[in-house]
Amino acid sequence: MISDYLPVMIVFLLAAGFAVGALIATHFFGPKIKGKIKSEAYESGIEAKSSPHTRLNVRYFIVGLVFVIFDIEVVFLYPWAVVFKDFIKTGPFIFFEMLFFLFILLIGYIYVWRKGVFEWE
Amino acid sequence: MTWLDINSTLPELIILATALLLLMLEVLSTPPRNSFIWVALAGMGLSLASVLGTPLSGNYYGNMIALSTFTRFIDVITIALVMCTFLFSAPYLRRTLEERGEYYALILFAAVGMMLMAKAHDLTMTFLGLELLSVPLYILAGFYRNRISSNEASIKYLLLGAFSTGFFLFGIALIYGSIGSTNYDIIQQAIVNGQELSRGLTLAGFALLLIGFAFKVALAPFHMYAPDVYQGAPTAITAFLSTGPKVAAFAALLKLVIVVFAVTTRHWWGVMWLLSVLTMTVGNVTALVQDNLKRMLAFSGVAHAGYLAIGILVGTSDGAFGLLFYLAIYSVTTLVAFGLVALVEREQEDGLEVSSYRGLAQKNPFIAAAFALALLSLAGFPPTAGFTAKFFVFNSAVEAGYIWLVIIAVINSLISVYYYLRPVVAMYMREPEDDRRVTLPPITVPALVLLVLVALGLGIMPFTLVQSGVSAAASLF
Repeated sequence: MISDYLPVMIVFLLAAGFAVGALIATHFFGPKIKGKIKSEAYESGIEAKSSPHTRLNVRYFIVGLVFVIFDIEVVFLYPWAVVFKDFIKTGPFIFFEMLFFLFILLIGYIYVWRKGVFEWE
Repeated sequence: MTWLDINSTLPELIILATALLLLMLEVLSTPPRNSFIWVALAGMGLSLASVLGTPLSGNYYGNMIALSTFTRFIDVITIALVMCTFLFSAPYLRRTLEERGEYYALILFAAVGMMLMAKAHDLTMTFLGLELLSVPLYILAGFYRNRISSNEASIKYLLLGAFSTGFFLFGIALIYGSIGSTNYDIIQQAIVNGQELSRGLTLAGFALLLIGFAFKVALAPFHMYAPDVYQGAPTAITAFLSTGPKVAAFAALLKLVIVVFAVTTRHWWGVMWLLSVLTMTVGNVTALVQDNLKRMLAFSGVAHAGYLAIGILVGTSDGAFGLLFYLAIYSVTTLVAFGLVALVEREQEDGLEVSSYRGLAQKNPFIAAAFALALLSLAGFPPTAGFTAKFFVFNSAVEAGYIWLVIIAVINSLISVYYYLRPVVAMYMREPEDDRRVTLPPITVPALVLLVLVALGLGIMPFTLVQSGVSAAASLF
């Protein structure tokens, strides 16, 4: 039974080996040029303008949370849609179940909306 | 899944609907602020009616939850605790800030988590119940955003709670790795028949689960957060914090141990024994030196978790019954004791020291009498129910052969008498420092009546609860 985990072990070793190996390889073979531009923080090619240690509006965080919640909602909708045709034959339960799930999320949506999360003035 | 499944969780669904209704009332209308509590109380009342009215038993949601007399017993305790919390919250909130719908809604969400934890018949469900219970409590501990101590309590509880959740999840993962299922019945069968990847892996998983539970019920050495969190949280919330998670986590642990891990008792009884002794000793000895009543009651709660752990360790039906009986008595008395502390508390977290209770009996005889009754019951004086509860738990431990554990527990009970009597002495034998009276809000009277019924009524006539407790314990086996 423990041999069932052998593929997992191999993948783990490969992943770890690749990560560590790449680091070691660049250390030995990579060119070592030091300079002002080289030591700047990498910002996807855009020049860094200011220090990243500034205070952000808490709205970024709340909107982030709301996004994750509704993102997960869609994740649940996909498998539901896939099995819907088979399950609807046994009764309308699967339909109302998802309706109930969406209803709860709708309440959450109304709540954050009325609390002013989406107002950015 | 069928409509019968929905029916089996009707009490939870009613509470959930009430919570959603409260959230919508908060944002969509401008009702009078004091109407929230009545909506919340009505929802809990309906839920209680559905618990008592639909005596279902058996497994639902594809064996995810199992209903029995045991779960009904926990449901009733939960609903009683939540309703008492509401009764003490309303005057506390009105004094300190305006009432909000979220406050009641969050407590209701936590109540659903508590009820699902006891019903869970699958580790995934236990975990979901645990999280549904914990997350609202993290928020409620920090409900007073302007108080530094409240913020500290919230962040401490969140960080350490998340950490203990990690242990719990990893425990589930190990057990799943060893057995290939998270269902209680399948795990139990696999352990009995030895169809595990390795016994060590299963036990390691159980050990991690135990750490997760120990954190939630504040067993030493996982109790460190409790005093700070209980002290910093709004007092009405502390009342719920110190009882709700304990009831739910002990119920879930009891079920897990009896249904699944009873056959491996010889491997882990030493750990449980040590946890129990350590918890009651640390709790009682530290409570001796506390001047702040919230901290004192927090450590008292830690000590009581130690006594409750005896019931888990014993593992017989007598032990399970003792634990359930103790849980009912402990939770109601502690909740009302904290509620009374919330009444006596003044602005800016003032009036929490033992010294501010001097002469309370002259100023407010009813509050003083109720507080004294709660403390005497927690100390375990006959004829209060605290004594009866201790008797049932200790008796089951003696019958199971844990003589030394009971001796240590009795010595600990004696130590606890000192700190439980300090406020009583202050209230009855000292002169008041000022003539500031505490007003007793009429809304809290039902909670005080419940205290008298439980602490005194069940002490003199325990038989009324014994019958349901015994059948609840028996339904686990």
